[in-house]
Amino acid sequence: MSTEPRRTRTLRIGAGASYAGDRVEPATELAARGNLDYLVYETLAERTIALAQLERRKNPEAGYNELLADRFYSALPHCKKNRTRVVTNMGAANPAAAARRTAEIIRDLHLGAMKVAAVIGDDVLQYCLNNADPLKLMETGQPLSSLEGQIVSANAYLGADVIVEALRQGADIVLTGRGGDCSLFLAPMMHEFGWGEDDWDILGKGQTGADMVECGANVSGGFFADPGYKEVPELWNLGYPLLEVERDGTIVVSKLPGTGGIINRAICAEQMIYEIHDPANYITPDVVVDFTGVELEEIGPDRVRITSGCGKPRPEQLKVSVGVLEGWIGEAEIVYAGLGCLERARLAEKIVRERLKIGGVELQELRIDYIGMNALHGEASLPLKEPPYEICLRFAGRVREKRGAVKLGNEVETLVGKGPASSSIPRKHVREVLAIYSCLIPRGAIKPQIMVTEVP
Amino acid sequence: MKTFYLRELAHARAGDKGDTNNIGVIAYEPHYYPILLRQITPERVKQHFRGIVKGRITRYELPKVHAINLVMEGALGGGVTRSLSLDPHGKSYSALVLTMPVEVQEDIAAELMLKGRRPIGTEP
Repeated sequence: MSTEPRRTRTLRIGAGASYAGDRVEPATELAARGNLDYLVYETLAERTIALAQLERRKNPEAGYNELLADRFYSALPHCKKNRTRVVTNMGAANPAAAARRTAEIIRDLHLGAMKVAAVIGDDVLQYCLNNADPLKLMETGQPLSSLEGQIVSANAYLGADVIVEALRQGADIVLTGRGGDCSLFLAPMMHEFGWGEDDWDILGKGQTGADMVECGANVSGGFFADPGYKEVPELWNLGYPLLEVERDGTIVVSKLPGTGGIINRAICAEQMIYEIHDPANYITPDVVVDFTGVELEEIGPDRVRITSGCGKPRPEQLKVSVGVLEGWIGEAEIVYAGLGCLERARLAEKIVRERLKIGGVELQELRIDYIGMNALHGEASLPLKEPPYEICLRFAGRVREKRGAVKLGNEVETLVGKGPASSSIPRKHVREVLAIYSCLIPRGAIKPQIMVTEVP
Repeated sequence: MKTFYLRELAHARAGDKGDTNNIGVIAYEPHYYPILLRQITPERVKQHFRGIVKGRITRYELPKVHAINLVMEGALGGGVTRSLSLDPHGKSYSALVLTMPVEVQEDIAAELMLKGRRPIGTEP
């Protein structure tokens, strides 16, 4: 146990990003005038880390977040001045390289002495390959070895404990790879308040607050506006959220004055339920959270107090995201407009289907959408009251070999000149399928390590 | 009774995990919540999401925030990363659930109409 004096005053944690390509400026603004103790950047979706592993294979110094330098050049001077520590999973597939780059940036900016910690050990590819028979996919129950594609990555969701240890060692900046998104926010709370790793109730409260901001601006006005129903002021100037955490686990979610966006009960409720299944049992590496008792209270403009979250013991196993190369997807789009556009688009569909047969292209799956009518919701779409003025016909096909995906795009492209009258010039696109599956592995299979770099 | 789109009574947000989509549906007012509980049932949602949801739908209740959580399995074309859909995450499904028709008793219908909301088929 640490003997450091524990914090009694409010802890302020800013949410500076919620995906790899997130906007940089709002995070810098939080760093500049948020009076933050911690700035957290969460940048890893399920697939992001698998893509980063592929980057790292090509270049041993790559595989971390591409915006790391942009973010740190603009935010670190404020963080240093305001004594704000940074916790982020921008390390992605290569936290050690991310730490080296961060140290360069600190020297380049003449920020003086700082400690940068890289958390490694989430990469469990070798373990998974060695245990591909006993490990079962959560999606299907089938063994990992039954996958037909090539397994290229396996990363475990580490918990907050290893980040807490890095903070205890004095890191000003902690760079991780795969971990629980919420754990990035929970770790500073555990470290500062001395919350126990098995104090499930307080961890549940902390994780409820973490869940509220782990998708960044989705709680401060993003992905919410619906004119006439849900209005959001100055959405273009959206402020990113921050947590004000008390030692007893009471948490207020707020944002900087003078920024756009909105924080109210309605958006907090949307965010709390976002991407959870059973609200009484939301599984994280640190604690199983029960949201069913959570109370949300508007206590001021853009300030919501969160109370009565609670927790249960953490799971014995950790989730692993497995990246698998499974083939190719070809996509192409063509637009028809004017009277009879729908009939011309339907004829174009027939032509492409027939030409794919003539060309002997065997697609595993072919999807055809009429954008403007039914592309997102298919037969469940509300019917149109009159024919559309223009329609975008979209083809998407999945295929084992790349040439089939290319061929699909070419057959759509040649509709100009060899298909119905009066269309746009088609756009086409080919991409490799990097599918993500999940499995569970024992905690004991993972040995996280911390590498500290001291910039003098 | 009058029939409104669910959009007039509730708001929603959808998210993904693998091949499962979940939609949080939150009543704008606490006294609309019983309408959600009675009418936004897994059976009706499955019918409404025809062609999209292949698996089971489970509904969880969050009465403190007058919300339900609809967890829809087999809803994402085989999973976000393999799907051929333009919306592989199903984030737009929140808009689809809000097109469900719901029957509303007269006092709440009057309240909605005072706010400028219109029953289905009577929109200007």
